[in-house]
Amino acid sequence: MAAYLIRRFSLMILTLFGISVIIFVLLRVVPGDIADILFDAAGFINPSEKVQLEKDLGLDKPIAVQYAAWVGGLLRGDLGYSYKSEKPALEEIAPRIPISATLAGLALAFSILLGVPLGVVSAVRQDTALDYLLRVVSLSGLSMPAFWLGLLILMGFVAAFGTIPIYSDQPKSLWEALLMYSVPAAAVGFRSSALIMRLTRSAMLEVLRQDYIRTARSKGASERSVNYHHALRNAMLPVVTVLGIEAAFLIGGLIVTETVFNIPGVARFLVEAIRWRDYPIVQSLVMVTALIVVTINFAVDLLYVALDPRIKLTGERA
Amino acid sequence: MSNRGLALAIVAACVVAGLGAASAQEPKHGGILRVYHRDSPASASIHEEATYSTNIPFMGVFNNLVIYKQDVPQNSLDTIVPELATSWAWSPDHLQLTFKLREGVKWHDGKPFTAKDVKCTWDMLMEKSTAKFRKNPRKAWYENVTEVTTNGDFEATFKVQRPQPALLALLASGYSPVYPCHVSPSDMRTHPIGTGPFKFVEFKQNETIKLTRNTDYWKPDRPYLDGIEFTIIPNRSTAILTFIAGKFDMTFPTEVTVPLMRDVKSQDPKAICELKQSNVANNVIINRDAPPFDNADLRRAMALSLDRKAFADILAEGQADIGGSMLPAPEGFWGMPKEMLESIPGYGPDVEKNRSEARAIMTKLGYGPDKPLKIKVSTRNIPVYRDPAVILIDQLKQIYIEGELEVVETGVWFSKVARGDYSVGLNLTGNAVDDPDQTFYENYSCGSERNYTHYCNKDLEKLFDQQSQMTDVEQRKKLVWEIDKKLQEDVARPIIFHIRAGTCWQPEVKGVTIMVNSSYNGYRYEDVWLDR
Repeated sequence: MAAYLIRRFSLMILTLFGISVIIFVLLRVVPGDIADILFDAAGFINPSEKVQLEKDLGLDKPIAVQYAAWVGGLLRGDLGYSYKSEKPALEEIAPRIPISATLAGLALAFSILLGVPLGVVSAVRQDTALDYLLRVVSLSGLSMPAFWLGLLILMGFVAAFGTIPIYSDQPKSLWEALLMYSVPAAAVGFRSSALIMRLTRSAMLEVLRQDYIRTARSKGASERSVNYHHALRNAMLPVVTVLGIEAAFLIGGLIVTETVFNIPGVARFLVEAIRWRDYPIVQSLVMVTALIVVTINFAVDLLYVALDPRIKLTGERA
Repeated sequence: MSNRGLALAIVAACVVAGLGAASAQEPKHGGILRVYHRDSPASASIHEEATYSTNIPFMGVFNNLVIYKQDVPQNSLDTIVPELATSWAWSPDHLQLTFKLREGVKWHDGKPFTAKDVKCTWDMLMEKSTAKFRKNPRKAWYENVTEVTTNGDFEATFKVQRPQPALLALLASGYSPVYPCHVSPSDMRTHPIGTGPFKFVEFKQNETIKLTRNTDYWKPDRPYLDGIEFTIIPNRSTAILTFIAGKFDMTFPTEVTVPLMRDVKSQDPKAICELKQSNVANNVIINRDAPPFDNADLRRAMALSLDRKAFADILAEGQADIGGSMLPAPEGFWGMPKEMLESIPGYGPDVEKNRSEARAIMTKLGYGPDKPLKIKVSTRNIPVYRDPAVILIDQLKQIYIEGELEVVETGVWFSKVARGDYSVGLNLTGNAVDDPDQTFYENYSCGSERNYTHYCNKDLEKLFDQQSQMTDVEQRKKLVWEIDKKLQEDVARPIIFHIRAGTCWQPEVKGVTIMVNSSYNGYRYEDVWLDR
């Protein structure tokens, strides 16, 4: 077990190192830097002012020196300064993390709470009208782009209630606070819930045909016990795998949702930072996101161990 | 009721109604004006930016020496009023412009405003001081100013090389605030200190910009508002929906398109919307240094191919004005008369005749239906640039030019143009001041950083200087028209049209004036109030 964990943890560190190199190099391969963008916003280029700006920001140094300085800073907990706002990157990023984390957490919860039960219902009521309806709902969830769904929701709210559930840093009521998070979470989580629902359904259908389910039924176990105690636990393994992957996809989905619902989270901030070539912000955000994703995947690996003891043995043998 | 009684009742009703009307117009103090902002500006320092994304939220923090009267829609020399200056006077030889300054004015941090601050600001703009701006987009505005001197704490003088009456017009722009000497340019980017009606509270990137009432404002009884909050919403659909839902008092000024304005009016009929000129021109840039575009005949043929009305109809449902480099009347002060405009090749109403002439030129140059000239039409990857570029490609096809659209990432557009790394491009040019000095020197003078096509006509430049020195407005106008005509004939940067743009606000917002010949000068907000 210990060897399995160490191996996974080492892989996690290696992955983070790889990501740090890739993002650092990619950003510098993309045409233009912050100096170009700042001057572009002003509609002109003054070569001497541009050179001075690049020098002030350390962009004139060799790329390896810049990388070493950045990684050195990271290890000391110094994420650098935002080129655009001229504030510490940590000060810019930190307040946005809880906002996106809340949204992502709610979206993930929404997708599990909706996807798993509906997937089970769809499987146990296979080929009934309810099953067909749920399959149509899940297909629509997979087909509808998040930005389109988000805009439809906003338009619906304005038309029906004369209000709009967009973010406010000072919500006037608990209801408004609940709406401003739950509605975008539902919009971003709908796709994941559809996927989880379909996956749960197919896994459940496979498990329900197993001999041990038949045995459980013949022993007189109730349908509820068979479905939820015997079948669901075994059907969960592929669903948990997908949940790990979906967590990463959710962060991608947040970019669109945060834009449409105007939520000042990290995803929208990342897009803006890329647009401005605000290297310290982009690099830090990518590393934070990567850390979250690899941690989630690490947690999923641990969950495997809890759900399937055979994995533990494999780990020990390795 | 007797006749007398009826008459008394009518008189009483009129008096009550009159009183009611009077009280309805009496400005009220208080309230926060909520406006959405289209994007997160690069910084809060107006002097370092060249976009009204910065002017709109931050102009209220500052004062100028002089300013365009905020309740008059058309900016002109006649609408300039004192602000931090109490008066101004030109010397008899018109080489010195002296401002008497207001006493008792304090910066938002409590320090007193003096003439030194005026000198500091313009020394930085002219790059004569040790403190430097990170970028200085309007240095060219003050090329004619040799120095700024002070005489005591409350008098400042601008010395110029040659007479330039329009210097006052430049100083009245929203782009010309006075900065404090004691605050560094870097701090002004993140935490601006001004003398204006509103104090800076905070600027959260991609989130909000908040201003609060300056209780020590030098102008008595102003501002009316307690503060202004700009919520940054880059997604236009979300922004408009949020305005319709009543969460904002006002849209971002001059950003609402014609179709969106129709949407607003249909879903929120009580909203007040105005569609006005903003002095932004769509234009074609042709790289005259790169063959075959170094051939004047080819450039002329391209100008002749333009069907400006089609552009306006398709892109703005006809809500655009056709003109030269100066904004046409009635909104524009210096635009050419219609007859003069139509005498310029390519501006006449007979588009087919123009194109026949263009095709003849192209044939003479060796091009034809079987041998088209293949080019790339470059533009920024933003709809307001991309959409007209597509129409331009379609129109160029009529004269045997086969264009391929090259969309350039918006952040590197100007660096690409500055490198001359394009052949034909579609560009937008916004003029901060409706004055020939700003337009001509900035966009058409030899060596100007914003002269993207590198058009250079020394003889015409002499006329730039000549018009700049003229004090008689009517005579200056005639010369300006001649210059503008020549610029269009020379295909310096063919202007396609000047588009109109909309602003909407809720009926309880009072005292709003949308300026019609500049999008950069009308955001002091000290006269805006909320009828709540």
